Amino acid sequence: MSSHSFHHHGAGMYEGATVWHPWEWILSFFLAGLILLYWTAAAVSNRRHRIWPAHRYVCWIAGLTCIGLSLAGPLARLAPANFPVHMLGHLLLGMLGPLLIAFSAPMTLLLRSINVLFARKISRLLKSKLVHCISHPLVAALLNIGGLWILYNTGLFTAMHSSLILHIAVHFHVFAAGYLFTVSLICVDVVPYRRSFRLRAFILIIAMAGHGILSKYLYAHPPDGVPSEQAKLGGMLMYYGGDAVDLVLVLWLCMQWYRSSRPRPASFHPIPD
Amino acid sequence: MKSSKTHENQPKRSNYAERNLWAGILFGLGLVGFIDEVVFHQLLHWHHFYDKSTSDIGLVSDGLFHAFSWFATIGSTFLIADLHRRNAFWAKRWIGGILLGGGAFQLYDGIIQHKWMRLHQIRYNVVIRPYDWVWNLIAAGMIIAGIILIVRTRNRVPSRKAAS
Repeated sequence: MSSHSFHHHGAGMYEGATVWHPWEWILSFFLAGLILLYWTAAAVSNRRHRIWPAHRYVCWIAGLTCIGLSLAGPLARLAPANFPVHMLGHLLLGMLGPLLIAFSAPMTLLLRSINVLFARKISRLLKSKLVHCISHPLVAALLNIGGLWILYNTGLFTAMHSSLILHIAVHFHVFAAGYLFTVSLICVDVVPYRRSFRLRAFILIIAMAGHGILSKYLYAHPPDGVPSEQAKLGGMLMYYGGDAVDLVLVLWLCMQWYRSSRPRPASFHPIPD
Repeated sequence: MKSSKTHENQPKRSNYAERNLWAGILFGLGLVGFIDEVVFHQLLHWHHFYDKSTSDIGLVSDGLFHAFSWFATIGSTFLIADLHRRNAFWAKRWIGGILLGGGAFQLYDGIIQHKWMRLHQIRYNVVIRPYDWVWNLIAAGMIIAGIILIVRTRNRVPSRKAAS
């Protein structure tokens, strides 16, 4: 596609921007339903448990809003024709959205809202070999960053825009891998197994590097059908946007180390002056 | 350890001499990376985001160093907070670490990344040689000053109580 056709396409978008597709309505209702469900679950379980913290509601709503913005509405419609907008959507769907949702601790809320028998089944599922394997930071990072390398450096990027199934599959993968990666590192929610700080820090650095390298690579090597100027802007957005979200991950990880390594009273020896 | 000149936290900071050093090295790495990004990329626009001459290995090296220095900047501040919490902060040794870490990164950036991997140059459309000399001499100076400070703050008490 030439940049001319991009421009034309973009202009056409504004004219029809007020008309929503049926699936955009469905998605909006689905996300609104999830917000309502979360609110209800928290309110009901507040009767028997500790009061659910207010900031988690905010994280949940903001996280689902990020997903909604990237999948429906003006941003999502401009995305196929405009690479920087596509990249903004990717940051919302694959990084910021998952991060906010992870901080809203949906698994903890689920486990305390349902009856014990069902909760046991879920925690057994969380302890299964498969979950144990894919929640390893290394596997999650590979799924996340590896998936992006495949998306932008094969024909998948072009194919995604002409096939609905592929479109849905890729977007699901971007979110799921981003979420898996986030929860494997920050451990706010219920996790089957918490890995050592060193391992998580090491994997995070490698994943951040992989993300940064890919964004500079895209800057110089545009994916199929993306004009050079758009690839440059998109690459820089991916680079700096990724850094901004990673800042929160690094801060949180270091904060966990700081808390867990606090001096214990047992090892405290007063020094005589 | 009786005179008023010796610091109150001397025994403690000796136990954490290594952590003070690493807090400095990591902070120095992060600081130089940060200055590089803010001053040379964003404010002066001397460095370029990407240069046509960049080799693949240069791209990988840059990515790894950027990620590591980003993490190091934040991680080192938590190390400093930890040392203060234990009353074991050793400013002189920490500054030695900053100079060593920052200088080492700058020298690596100046020699390996700029010259050998041709990631990008310090500045474009100028005679580059004086810039390279100033860049790398500052780096070498920082390393030497850092090593002097680190040697001068060596532990005289050979107690190796590694507490984590």
